[in-house]
Formats: sequence, C-alpha cells, structure tokens
Amino acid sequence: MADLQTTERDSVFAKAVKEGLLAGALAFGLFFLIVGFRTDQNIRNELVLNQRWGLLTIFVLVAGIGRFLLTAYITPWSVARSKNKRVAVEKEQSAFRKSFPKIGLGLLLVYPFLVILILTAYNGSMMGGLQGSLKYVDNFGIQILIYVMLAWGLNIVVGLAGLLDLGYVAFYAVGAYSYALLSTHFGLSFWLLLPMAGIFAALWGIILGFPVLRLRGDYLAIVTLAFGEIIRLVLINWTAVTKGTFGISGIAKATLFGIPFTPGPTGFAALLGLPNSGVYYKIFLYYLILFLALLTAWVTIRLRRMPIGRAWEALREDEIACRSLGINTTTTKLTAFATGAMFGGFAGSFFAARQGFVSPESFIFLESAIILAIVVLGGMGSLVGIAIAAAVMIGGTELLRELEFLKRIFGPDFTPELYRMLLFGLAMIVVMVWKPRGFVGNREPSAFLHKRKMVSSEFTKEGHG
Amino acid sequence: MVSEVHNNPAAILRVERLSMKFGGLIAINDLNFEAKRGAITALIGPNGAGKTTVFNCITGFYKPTEGMLTMTRQNGEEYLLERMADFVITKKAKVARTFQNIRLFSGLTVLENLLVAQHNPLMLSSGFTILGLLGFPTYKKAASDAIEKARFWLEKINLVERADDPAGDLPYGAQRRLEIARAMCTDPELLCLDEPAAGLNARESAELNKLLLDIRDETGTSILLIEHDMSVVMEISDHVVVLEYGTKISDGTPETVKNDPKVIAAYLGVEDEEVVELIEQAEAAGLDNITAAVDLLSTEALHEIEEAHPDMAPAALIPSAPAKVRPARTTAAKKPAVKSAPEKPVAKPAAVKTAKPAPTKPAAKAPAAIKPGATANALGEPRGGKADRLFVIKGIGPVNERKLNEHGIFHFDQIAAWKKADIIAAEAYLAFDGRIAREDWIGQAKKLAKESQAKPAPKKTGGAK
Repeated sequence: MADLQTTERDSVFAKAVKEGLLAGALAFGLFFLIVGFRTDQNIRNELVLNQRWGLLTIFVLVAGIGRFLLTAYITPWSVARSKNKRVAVEKEQSAFRKSFPKIGLGLLLVYPFLVILILTAYNGSMMGGLQGSLKYVDNFGIQILIYVMLAWGLNIVVGLAGLLDLGYVAFYAVGAYSYALLSTHFGLSFWLLLPMAGIFAALWGIILGFPVLRLRGDYLAIVTLAFGEIIRLVLINWTAVTKGTFGISGIAKATLFGIPFTPGPTGFAALLGLPNSGVYYKIFLYYLILFLALLTAWVTIRLRRMPIGRAWEALREDEIACRSLGINTTTTKLTAFATGAMFGGFAGSFFAARQGFVSPESFIFLESAIILAIVVLGGMGSLVGIAIAAAVMIGGTELLRELEFLKRIFGPDFTPELYRMLLFGLAMIVVMVWKPRGFVGNREPSAFLHKRKMVSSEFTKEGHG
Repeated sequence: MVSEVHNNPAAILRVERLSMKFGGLIAINDLNFEAKRGAITALIGPNGAGKTTVFNCITGFYKPTEGMLTMTRQNGEEYLLERMADFVITKKAKVARTFQNIRLFSGLTVLENLLVAQHNPLMLSSGFTILGLLGFPTYKKAASDAIEKARFWLEKINLVERADDPAGDLPYGAQRRLEIARAMCTDPELLCLDEPAAGLNARESAELNKLLLDIRDETGTSILLIEHDMSVVMEISDHVVVLEYGTKISDGTPETVKNDPKVIAAYLGVEDEEVVELIEQAEAAGLDNITAAVDLLSTEALHEIEEAHPDMAPAALIPSAPAKVRPARTTAAKKPAVKSAPEKPVAKPAAVKTAKPAPTKPAAKAPAAIKPGATANALGEPRGGKADRLFVIKGIGPVNERKLNEHGIFHFDQIAAWKKADIIAAEAYLAFDGRIAREDWIGQAKKLAKESQAKPAPKKTGGAK
C-alpha cells in the first residue's frame, strides 16, 4: 500500500516535471521573438534591436514553474479536498464560523489600540505610534466601516426586500448635505443633526419609493439610477444653496458630548492631559462609525424577526403570494426604501463630519455601484458576508496604494494606483465565478421550531425588483 | 334571479351578474352563483372555461368588468369584493386563496411561510414594528402564539418534522398542503383553492380530501375550489357549479350535476346538435337510461385512453375523464338499456365501439374467476357491488389495488382479517417481501374497516351511486 502511494506520488512528480519543462519550452517558443527582442529608435532615428533576455527568462520561468506547481501540488490538493468535502461533516467548520462574528467584533473594538500598540513598539516611541496609526485608523478602519454601514443599509433594500436600487448614493448625499447645510447655516450640533439627516434621507426614500412602486426588475433599477443622478445634478446646479461643484467646506466637527477635538485649552487632549494630536479625533470617529454600523446591524437583525422583516423577505420571494396573504406590498416596499435610506443618511452625515467638506464629486454613480457590488459579493442578506466583502473591496483597493514592491517587478514606471480599478474588477469576477451567490450565500431563518438550519442559496431568490 | 340570490342569508359569497372581458375576449359572461356558508362549493369546467378568472375576480387580482361580489362574514359585515384591493380582501373580508402553480416562499422555511401568513395580527401586536423593536412583551407573546398556531397547522398537514427546511425543498404534494395551511393561517372565512389536487397521486389526493373536510368541519371555513380531479369534486363537495366558455351551464349537488347531459357534453366535447339529440333522448327514455348511456360513453372513452397508453394504471387516468368512469364498476348490467335507447349517440370513435364487447379490462370483468393463489378469505365479487378504496392504505397503489381486486380482495375488513399464511400468499402475487408487515397494512385496514362501518357514507367512491 505504502509502495503504491509512493510510486503514485513519484509518477505525479515526474509528470509535473515533464509538463513544467514542456510549458517552459512552449513559453520560450512563444515569447522568444515577442518579448526577447524589442525594436527602438535611437537618437539618430535608426532602428536598434534591444535584447531582453532577463524578461524572457521571467516569462519562461513563470510558465514552467507555474505549470509544475499546478500539476504536482494544486490539482492533487483540490481533488483531495473535494473528496474530503463529500465525506466531511459540516460541523468541523462551524465552530469557527459560529464564533466568527464575535471574534470580528472583538477585533474591531480593539483595532485602533492594537494599531497604536504595534506601531509604538515598531517606532519605539508613543508619539510615533500615534501619528503612524492615523493612516490605518482613518484610511482603513473608518473608510471600510463607512462602506460596511452603507452596504448594510442597502442590504435592507436589495438583500431583504429584493428591490434593486442603483441610486443608493443619493441618500448618502442627502444625509451629507443635510448635515453640511444645517450646521453651517444654523450652527446645529452633530448629535442633533445625525437623526435629522436620517429622517430627511428616509423621506427622500419614500419620495423615490412612490413612483417606482409599480416597477420591477430592470425598470426599477433604471429609475433608481436616474434618481441618483437627479440628486447629484441638483447639488451641482443649485449653486445658491449648495455652492455647486465648489462644495461646502468648513463643516463643524463632531464633538464628544460637547467636548471639541481642538488643540485649545478646552479641547479633548488638554482636558485629559494628553499630548496634542489629531489622532484622538480619528479614533473617536472610528468608534462613532463602528457604533453606527453596529446599530444598523442590530436593527437589521431585530427587524428580520419582526413581521415587517419577514414581509420584506416574502416580498423578495413572491410578491403576488404576499398580496394573497393580506400583506400591503405598497407600505412594505416603502418601509424598506425608507429604512435603507435612513441608514444611508446617517452614514452621509458622518461622512460630512469626518471630511469637513462635501461636494457632488463624492456622490457619483460609481459609489452606488461599489456599494451594490459589496452587497452582491458578500451574499445578499448576510451581514457577516457583506462586512467581509467591504473589508476585501475597500481595504483591498486601499492596500493597492501601498504595494511599492510591484514597482520592482513591473519597473519604476508602474503605478499600482492606476491599476486599482482593473484589479478590483478582476477580483470581483473571480469571486463571482468561485461563489456565485456571494461569500455567504446561505440564509439564516428568522424563526425555528426544532433546530436552526441554514437555508441553502439554491432555494432563495434574488427578487424581481 | 338576482333578488332571489340576494335574500339567501346562508350564502357566504354571492356572485351576481359577474362579467370579465379582456379586450374582445369574454372570459366570464353574466355569471350568477353563490357559495353557502360552511359548505364546500366546487367550480368545475373544461380548460379555458374561466374558472381561474372567477377566482382572480373574487380575490381581487382582477377587477371585474361588471357585476357584484358580496362576501358576508360571520359577524354580519358585508363586503363588496369588486371594490377592494387584493390584500384588503384577505385582511378585512377574510378570503384566502391558493394558486394553480404553487406560490410558496421557497427560500423561507416551512415555519416562516406560516408566520408570514400571520403578518397582519403580528404587525398590530408589534405596534407596527416600533414596540416590537424596543422589545415590548406583547410582541414576544404574540410571536410565540403565532409559532404555536403554525405548529397546529403543521401537525394537521403532517409536516412538523420538516418545519425548519426551506419550503422549496419539499416534495410537490407537501408543497400543495403547505400552501393550503398557509392560507388557513390568515384565519379566512372563505378559502379559495385553485386546483389543489393537480399533480397529486391517488393517495395524496385522498389525504387532501380528508384535510379539506377537516377544515370545513373543524374551523367552519367555507371552501370554494376549482378542480379537475372528479374524485375530489364528487366526494367532498356539497355543491357544484359548472362553467363552460365563461357561462354557467349547471349548478347543484354533485349528483344532479354529474347527470346533467350538458355537463357531460361539455366534458366529452360533443357537437351541439348531438347534445340536443342526447337531451331529447334523455327526456324520452327517462333519466336512468341516459345516465347509463353517459356512463358507458365515458367508460368507453377511458378504455380508448387505456389502449393508447397501456402502461398506465387505470386509476391514473380517472381525473381526465368525467365522473362516471371508475372502471371498478360493473357496467354489464346496464348495457342492454343503452343499446335500446340512444342508438346513434355520438360521432366520436369511442362511441362506435359500443357495439362490440368491451376489450379486456382488469377490474370491470371482476367476478368470474378468482386468480389462483388467492388468499383464504377471497370473495367472488365485492359485497354490495362496490369495493372499498384500498389505495387509502399507505403502501397500496392503484396497480396493487387492481391486483388485489383480481385476487378477490375488495374490502378493508378482508385485509384486516389476514393471517400469516394469507400475507405470504398475497405477497407472492404482489411480488412483495415483507412490505405488508412493514407498512402495517393490516393495522391500517382494521382502522379503516372500523371507520367505514361507523359511517359508511363517505367511503363511497366517486363513481358509484
């Protein structure tokens, strides 16, 4: 038996070496002329032949070694894995999966301090740690959490109620401009304007909801897309109020129950006797958006167990059956739009407070598309999946700014930022091929009689609008 | 006519002068009928007769072109259904419906399907979500009551075990039952069922009959059903309305309707003049003869089908033919009468065969010879000329029923009296080993035999008089 296995192993290895050599030879044949030589003009406008043996070697090695690894390790591994999968009971994974939300939540709560601690140790000074953490807390933490919150808000409309909304960023804009305008003109505080921004956005959600009640599917998507553009164009052109493309600047910062985050003697740092730094405000904002995002999640989880949440999901599954059961689909749809929009409004007012500046540039269609992509990629209706998707998509694109080592491979002209959207799109395609219903496609039932079993994604519907 | 209908207090639903036109097509033309409180009213007719259109008008999915639909609730409130929106009809007028093509929320669990049906009362007790979101105890109690109610209906339809599985995962028959249970969870006073027995096998169909009778007797819900399966219609309905081309052609008890020559003509598709002829002959010869003629006609039609599809069991064909086609009947006695009365009844090829003796048919030729290998208590022919419906016993299908009949087993009490030797003998000709004991046929048969002795009436088969 052991003999048999070793011979099998050897034969796979030998086959892999053979295939690797063959692939290398093929790559050499293919790229010998294309990559190996390059014609350039020299100073006297003469054609000269440059030889690029180094690059050619990289191409050949990548092809050969890649083929070798694929045949020798990756294919047998994936075959064995799919075999095991059939045998293995699901329980093995579920221990980690069950506690995953708790672990994630714990990590999120300590994240800023963790970053400061690590950077302090790395830099050897407290101050260095604080300043260095600015980037990780702001660019990664807050940025990702804003999108998590937006996607969780949109999830109510798209994931639960099955209404495809391509203009979600409009509510984000309504929230941001409500805070920006009301705070600059009337000097109202962030804590008063936060709920007001939510209410305004919800009202706009209902205003959008009315005309689209009768529409379904693609038609609904087009109208919501148009709605998003209308809001943006109004913001650009209504210069008397919104100052058009200049945007509104100097928006008041949020305060911690009246304590401002300013360097002066009444500021947060001075009151607590800490060294002056902008990082406290960022950490405060981090916890604020974390709180808002968790509020969204909590409300979503509670709503799913309420009759209205079940009605949303039933609406996604079959609207006609809903009506036959005495459910008023008009109000059900409108509450979905309003609730989703409200969280968009909260996120918008937070965005305005964080940036201190809003302009129509921030509310373009691409934002709507990204939020929708996060919802779809995460798995419609699944909060954990969406959070992971937001971290991967937003964190991933932020991370691409950092990848200096790519310059060493592709040459000093290579700027990874320019390829961000390309890689972003590529990653989305890969994920959708690998997991067509998103990271977490299974649906958790809202009630159970004997045992809570996940509903496989093959039964749930995406909704028809 | 109208005023006569109007003064009947026993009617739960009165349909008066109902017309529905789609452009130039008249789907329903001046239809009048009423459904009695606490009764099962069947709406039958050939394909395209406008039955489902009537349903859609009653449940508000279509707005009728003309006419009045009055629903009188138990508490005396009257509702004009043609003026109400579909979901209000379910909510206020307490009319629930099912669909011809099952419309379950396939991605929700079985339990959730039943909870969605209780949307309106739960919405009230959750204070339109707000109190529920804040965790008020009223909602918690209402939610657990709702689950108990769902459990009650799950027990009724034998699906408690599968309460936490997605509805889309259930077999077809169970989905049909679940849809009925879901409609019942809206606490209807009138339950409208659109072809509840479509696609069910004989046993499931018998279970369905029991469920519907239970609903009528225990909850006092009136039932209006569209059905093609005559064994369902004739067995359980108290009142039958027959439609053809949107017009009512017959109305009355199952007995009168199934003997109505117009109905038979509509179902067999005879030419108009022939109907007239048939009616005239019926009047001349008296009712008995015409019944026999019709009986024969339909039996012949059935044989026709049987010959075309020899592989199908006769019972499977029954739903497609009218009432009097159960092959278990002995038609021999009535043949002479037929031959004397309508000599040239119908031009259909089926009728031409009247002259020559019927081809070999398994059940109808019954008594003469009991096949060898029969059990000890075999009978020459069923007592009282009619057999019990053996396929009510779980494990006996139509084919086995035929085999048992061939071997002289017609009644439950015969199976109930089986001894060990009989079981061996029966298993020999049924080509089963151990199934009779495993499925406890004898136990089931004893129970059924006792029931049929207690109340022999409902055991009547659809065909027998």
